[in-house]
Amino acid sequence: MAEADKIFQVEIITPDRIFYKGEADMIEFNTEAGEIGVYKNHIPLTTVLKPGIVIIHNGEEKKYAAVHAGFAEILGEKVTILAELAEWPDEIDVDRAEAARERAEERIRTKAENLDLKRAEYALHKALIRIDVANYK
Amino acid sequence: MASMRDIKRRKSSIQSTQQITKAMKLVSTVKLQKAKGRAEQTDPYFNYMYKTVGTMLAKSGSIDHPYLRTSDTDRKAVVVITSNRGLAGGYNSNIVKLVTDSDFKKEDLDIYAVGGKGYEALERRGYHIAADASMIMENPTYPDAAALCDKVLSAFTAGEVGEIYLAYTHFKNTVSQEAKLIKLLPIEIDPEEVGTDSNILMNYEPNEEEALNEIIPKYVTSLFYGALVEAVASENGARMQAMDSATSNAEDMISDLSLKYNRARQGSITQELTEIIAGANAIS
Repeated sequence: MAEADKIFQVEIITPDRIFYKGEADMIEFNTEAGEIGVYKNHIPLTTVLKPGIVIIHNGEEKKYAAVHAGFAEILGEKVTILAELAEWPDEIDVDRAEAARERAEERIRTKAENLDLKRAEYALHKALIRIDVANYK
Repeated sequence: MASMRDIKRRKSSIQSTQQITKAMKLVSTVKLQKAKGRAEQTDPYFNYMYKTVGTMLAKSGSIDHPYLRTSDTDRKAVVVITSNRGLAGGYNSNIVKLVTDSDFKKEDLDIYAVGGKGYEALERRGYHIAADASMIMENPTYPDAAALCDKVLSAFTAGEVGEIYLAYTHFKNTVSQEAKLIKLLPIEIDPEEVGTDSNILMNYEPNEEEALNEIIPKYVTSLFYGALVEAVASENGARMQAMDSATSNAEDMISDLSLKYNRARQGSITQELTEIIAGANAIS
């Protein structure tokens, strides 16, 4: 266990469920402005998330999760992440993610007509994160 | 007086109807349980979203942002959530009435219909249907809500509509649902209701305006999603009640008909007896 005075509350909420609720001494995630790590008593901050990996540190223990789109509200004692979609590594279907990656890459490479590049890139990004996170099973 | 055969036929027809309504009641009870569970699970997300947006707006009251500005156009978008199936008592007609009896002028409205029943009823009354997304009512998911939100918000940002409303059925509990019409945009949140802690000086990244840009669509989507999930629960609750009262009405009719049938039977026996006695008397 981590030292008691460094512990803060973490909550990850998605529309379908409370994804995670517990304690941590550090949490890392990917925001619009880059990857950040948050310790206790961070200044109050609301920030928009980019699809990425959330790592919840609690002493020696690390929890990985894939989080796609959402925002985080950071208060000194508590971090709340509102995510549109969040997944644990063991919930990810790697084969499906690989297929999605290939599809997205194919779309970007062939530059198909009326291609929505932003959307294709977003899909690719999402698939890559899923594959990444699935490695932490 | 109806003949015994007529009464019997009518009784058996009511009995088979009763069996159908009973089965429908059971089905909607199961569906209601499921939908209720889902509706409860979306609550924390929505509540937190509401609080966050409320806090942001309370602090940045003077900010000039497209989503907070009233535009000059009189047109209003109304997202109308009903069901695709009938036989749910007043469920669908309550929503339709809510829209038709509101203060809005018919010509000013763009209806975004979710649910075939509302779509048909409003189209028949001559409302302009901007989009029909009835398919998502079967099993609403968050991406469905996001797609709907995209459509409505792009009409808002393009200046086609100045206000966005949502008409749906709020799920109070299993026996009570309430049709509601709420205003989504421009956002009007009562800061006191939110109960914000004004001691905290919140920072925003990248900056306040861009954060609002990202968060408000999510807020609207979460409202849509919450309303869709609640509407499914309400639909099944309303249907369960309607079918329950239909079953008990059928029960009443059946017992009434049984009484009539027995009377008719007794009457015919008495009549036969009198005829036989009369006949016997005439012979002797």
